[in-house]
Amino acid sequence: MSVIYMLLIISISVAVIFFIAFIIAVRSGQYDDSYTPSIRMLFEDELVKEKPKKTIQTKTD
Amino acid sequence: MEHKTCFHCGDDCRQNLISFQEKSFCCNGCKTVFEIFSENELTCYYDFESFPGAIPKEIEGKYDFLSDGTIVDKLIEFNDEKTQIVTLHIPHIHCSSCIWILENLNKLSSGISFSQVNFGTKKVRIAYNYKENSLKEVVLLLSSIGYEPYISLENYNKDIKSIDRSIIYKLGIAGFAFGNVMFLSFPEYFQDDGFWIDKYKSTFRWLMFTFSIPVVFYSAQDYFISAYKGLTSRFLNIDVPIALGILVLFIRSTVEILFELGTGFFDSLTGLVFFLLVGKFFQQKTYSFLSFERDYKSYFPIAITKITSGIEIPIQVYDIQKGDRLLIRNQELIPVDAILINGNASLDYSFVTGESESVRKSSGDKIFAGGKQISGVIEIEALKSVEQSYLTQLWSNDVFNKNKTTSFTTLTNSISKHFTIAILSISIIATTFWLLYDASKAINVFTAVLIIACPCAIALSAPFTYGNLLRIFGKLNFYVKNATVLEQLGMVDTIIFDKTGTITTNQESTVTYNGDKLSGNEEVLLKNSLRGSNHPLSRSLYDLLEEHNIISLNYFEEHIGKGIEASYNNDTMKIGSANFIGHNHNTSVLNTTVHISSNDVYKGKYTFFNKYRKGVSKLFKSLKRNYDLVILSGDNEGEYENLKKLLPSKTKLIFNQKPTEKLEYIKHHQSEGAKVLMIGDGLNDAGALAQSDVGISISENINVFSPACDIIMDASKFSQLNKFIKASKSAIKIIKMSFVLSFMYNIIGLYFAVTGQLSPVIAAILMPLSSISIVVFTTLMTTIIGNKIK
Repeated sequence: MSVIYMLLIISISVAVIFFIAFIIAVRSGQYDDSYTPSIRMLFEDELVKEKPKKTIQTKTD
Repeated sequence: MEHKTCFHCGDDCRQNLISFQEKSFCCNGCKTVFEIFSENELTCYYDFESFPGAIPKEIEGKYDFLSDGTIVDKLIEFNDEKTQIVTLHIPHIHCSSCIWILENLNKLSSGISFSQVNFGTKKVRIAYNYKENSLKEVVLLLSSIGYEPYISLENYNKDIKSIDRSIIYKLGIAGFAFGNVMFLSFPEYFQDDGFWIDKYKSTFRWLMFTFSIPVVFYSAQDYFISAYKGLTSRFLNIDVPIALGILVLFIRSTVEILFELGTGFFDSLTGLVFFLLVGKFFQQKTYSFLSFERDYKSYFPIAITKITSGIEIPIQVYDIQKGDRLLIRNQELIPVDAILINGNASLDYSFVTGESESVRKSSGDKIFAGGKQISGVIEIEALKSVEQSYLTQLWSNDVFNKNKTTSFTTLTNSISKHFTIAILSISIIATTFWLLYDASKAINVFTAVLIIACPCAIALSAPFTYGNLLRIFGKLNFYVKNATVLEQLGMVDTIIFDKTGTITTNQESTVTYNGDKLSGNEEVLLKNSLRGSNHPLSRSLYDLLEEHNIISLNYFEEHIGKGIEASYNNDTMKIGSANFIGHNHNTSVLNTTVHISSNDVYKGKYTFFNKYRKGVSKLFKSLKRNYDLVILSGDNEGEYENLKKLLPSKTKLIFNQKPTEKLEYIKHHQSEGAKVLMIGDGLNDAGALAQSDVGISISENINVFSPACDIIMDASKFSQLNKFIKASKSAIKIIKMSFVLSFMYNIIGLYFAVTGQLSPVIAAILMPLSSISIVVFTTLMTTIIGNKIK
């Protein structure tokens, strides 16, 4: 089989894999709320920092 | 005096400062929330934003109906043996702290397994073990930390709506196919013949064919459906030439590769569908946190307390029957027309009429549905069921079942009629010519004309112009439902305003004092007495009076629904209603008043007036040249003279209009050919807003209730209304200009088509080029318009 067929199969299957990934992402609702996750991802660090402390530390103004 | 601000909610701690752990709080409620958070190590809440919280409200007994199984079943979306899942709307969600605390609810209660916030829609989805926590406990927990959910009749009987994601799928498929087809057609762009291309071109071609099948039959299906619908109703909409173009492209390309005549136009085909869908997607700007479809249901409670032989039981609002005894607590809504049996009613009808001051009623009085009880507990007897009440009857009018947008011919569709006819005649003339001259080329030319004339650029002008303008308007707190509304806004010639709450503001009022002048000591006592009261009138009067020294009163008592009694040294003062003061008051005056007596001697009264919004007069002056202006008010004629002075002389002033009369007034004018823009705010305007060509609902706080309408406008933008209308007019001009631009592309394309020289490469260049230049042109122009508004 000529190399061109190999290349076609590879390139199209890569494209199809990405396409399937896109469909799965849409189905799982990733595009329904595009704002909250961007804030949520910033929270985890804060949580870890706070856990070992026993005293309450908050911002005073 | 320096005011301290509350660490929790950011309010002034002017009345009773509470210090706790070196932080100041404005009330016990805020302090309690802080305590709850600090006990559970959740004080991170205060790190993301300053003053993120809200004061928790008194809610005792308010959610008793959530113990009723059938009501709970209507609210939850998932239920198995252990877990229930519920989605609650929480209006207070406004910052990252809110998201953080609501997603950490499991730390406050072990029964909650997870909670997830959707910031855009202000909703939180909570899964909980209902053996440990009932729904009522979850709601009470949320309320106790200042995040009281909003549960209304709208939540009842809701169909579980599946989210429509088809446009994303269609766009994804078209984009995927477009990219791949482009890449497969490259070899033939650059090489016509030769050993290599001859050997592989059929593979490339059939692969392209495969890719374009889902594009034609799935991604583009809406265009075929719409074109078919248009044709069956004898109407040439823009989708007719588009569907024709797509179909001809597909058939001709398939025939070409089947008989090895050429490479086909699959690249143009998939590109065309992709660009069209991008336009459609772009136009679909939705404001998920707003609702343009609200009716009384989203305002009414889901359940109410019924008293049967001395026992209180929660019942669903729809189950209320004539003659039922109902208990209305403080801050609860009157769901049906009724007679007041027990207690002093002070009803706030601001959502219904826009009138901000409360209405007092005593037992035996008839009260209408829609008012909110704001002083203590009352008992009422239902006179009608929910649907038959005075207010809710409005929704049985036909206007609420009519779809406004379908009856409107858009600019694009009106132009497409001429366009389609022109294209069909050009293709027939060209084909006839070639039939006589060189018959072998005739069918080529016929299809080429239909392909190149496919009005992609025309179809894109409106979506991109309106889509972009919608976004710009949205940033300026002027939220438009959809693109069609913008076009209609540009065409209105009559503007009708509601009075109360629309041209007047509910937030501020002006006050005048009639009576004997108060002495210095009396003023100090008055100001200090008002400080202790939470009644809305006391609050607004307090804000309007001059600053005085703070003294600690010897005696202070607030009689709910009546007034305040206070004393300092030897002076006593009574502030409140005329009856409370003991003054025989002439009740024919319709304005809201607060009476004052000092040492049991009547001193005088403060009268509140609605304040007109800033710039009303200016706005009316700028509008009067181009529009017919009308004030259509449900109120009495008390303000007639004031309005006469304030507004241009040709403004029509009509008073005492019932909700249905407002609707009929607009209908009457429309039958005379007027394009009506209605601006209102309350539920009593709902009919008029629905009947008008464009209905604008004006709102002090866009997150709270507004009736069904086409545009929701922030009250602060009221004076700029004219600029928004002007911008919509310019948008129509932009679309017309881009039509001219795309016609020029069409003429160039048609030259190639008619002379029989249309090759796939030319089509593949011309089509994206015209589409992209239209997109760039419209986006630039709308941005310029947008800057003018600011």
